[in-house]
Amino acid sequence: MFDDFFIRALVAGIGVAFVTGPLGCFVIWRRLSYFGDTLAHSALLGVTLAFTMEFNIALSVFIISSMIALILIQLQKKTNLPGDALLGLLAHSSLAVGLVVIGFLTFIRFDIMGLLFGDILAVSVDDLLIIWIGGAFILLTLKFIWKPLFASTVNYELAEAEGLNPDRAKAIFTILMAAIIAISIKMVGLLLITGMLIIPAAMARNLSSSPQSMVIYSIIGGLLSVIIGLFTSLEFNTSSGPSIITAALLLFILSLFKIKQSIKLKN
Amino acid sequence: MSTDQNILVKLNDAGLQLNNKWLVKGVSLQVEKGKIVTLIGPNGSGKSTTAKIALGIYKKINGSVEKYTHKVGYVPQKISIDWTLPLRVNDFMVLTESLNKETINEALSLTGVIHLKDKNLGDLSGGEFQRVLLARAISKKPELLVLDEPVQGVDFTGEIALYELIKKISDELSCGILLISHDLHTVMTATDHVVCLNGHVCCSGSPMDVAKNNEYKALFGEQASQILSRYEHKHDHIHTDEGEIKKN
Repeated sequence: MFDDFFIRALVAGIGVAFVTGPLGCFVIWRRLSYFGDTLAHSALLGVTLAFTMEFNIALSVFIISSMIALILIQLQKKTNLPGDALLGLLAHSSLAVGLVVIGFLTFIRFDIMGLLFGDILAVSVDDLLIIWIGGAFILLTLKFIWKPLFASTVNYELAEAEGLNPDRAKAIFTILMAAIIAISIKMVGLLLITGMLIIPAAMARNLSSSPQSMVIYSIIGGLLSVIIGLFTSLEFNTSSGPSIITAALLLFILSLFKIKQSIKLKN
Repeated sequence: MSTDQNILVKLNDAGLQLNNKWLVKGVSLQVEKGKIVTLIGPNGSGKSTTAKIALGIYKKINGSVEKYTHKVGYVPQKISIDWTLPLRVNDFMVLTESLNKETINEALSLTGVIHLKDKNLGDLSGGEFQRVLLARAISKKPELLVLDEPVQGVDFTGEIALYELIKKISDELSCGILLISHDLHTVMTATDHVVCLNGHVCCSGSPMDVAKNNEYKALFGEQASQILSRYEHKHDHIHTDEGEIKKN
């Protein structure tokens, strides 16, 4: 069954959507869109490293992204620069370094477009294993830290005062972010991974009135985006990443017609 | 009466320094099971900071905190909730602990906001939200309750009812309560121990002792059963910018 590249892509995409759904909700709630973007940009460096050293791509992306996250935390402590400036600095410099390194690797034929925007042809059976096993691991971990993470998202001091250890939950969540980027890079491409995280979750926010329902809608939105996107990609021979994200955008636009919460008066 | 086993949290000469300024300094107090300890003092006197020290929110403190319970309920003075979160009252109730439906309903009924259960948290008024905060804190049946101005924004009749409720909870659950309040009149009647703060402990003791010690007698004695309109803080010392204390 997995001989067909399209089936492989579909199975991979469905696996990714199950994980990006709940993680994406937290990205929105905790305002981490640009943090996700920064990790994704740094993934290129991870990919080049993997090619140079003949190493597993997902693993090497995971390591590099985690390192960038650590560097960010250190820079936040040591410098007086605002968070968004540091994120921009790390995102673009790691992307640039990655591209420069690719320039040196003339002996390897690189599919840059595939890396940046995703390539469904590239999904192998090994990738499927990584996505489903890695994805299951991410979801289990998220379930484990859900309470402290969610409570501290609502109010840090409340979570800390009532003994939930929010700092640990936050650190684990950062690692999970690096992990989802690592496993989904082939599908969506590194420029569009954050879109996969936030657009279905943003759509879900329009439809939901509780955190649980937002997670469920977010997963459904992600699944629909993957399925619609991949069929479009097959039909019109477009890159898989942009097709999936465009499908997600269309779902988001549809959701605007059914916004659940009345828009609050600004006071 | 009070053995050491009854102590829930104990501050030993605790203080917090931020940017070389003392927010609060040299606070020693303890909260025991079934007792209400009230922190009073003017704005900026370090009441909330002391409460947060007791809760263990601050990591780098001077002195020490000994906490003997993990079952804590907290009503913060200020709470900023991001309304990008879809959050109903019901979801907020189970924020830090999973509770069954009956427990949630009971707590919301006690504070008089059961009808708001399915409402979005962002749509509540200040007083309604305060009642929900209190309900959430008591619903988990904590051993230690830290209430930082729990009735702010609550209407007058509600205020008295909520203070009565707090007293009742203290008796029924035999939990210790660390209460912060501006309005002395309601507090003084139910409190076991009063700590008067002004960057440091000005005086402490039973409500009567405190009243005697700090010219409270004139304030409280005259209108013992009456409602005291205003709390005046008289100093026998001044505070410098560095948080030092100088006698007049």
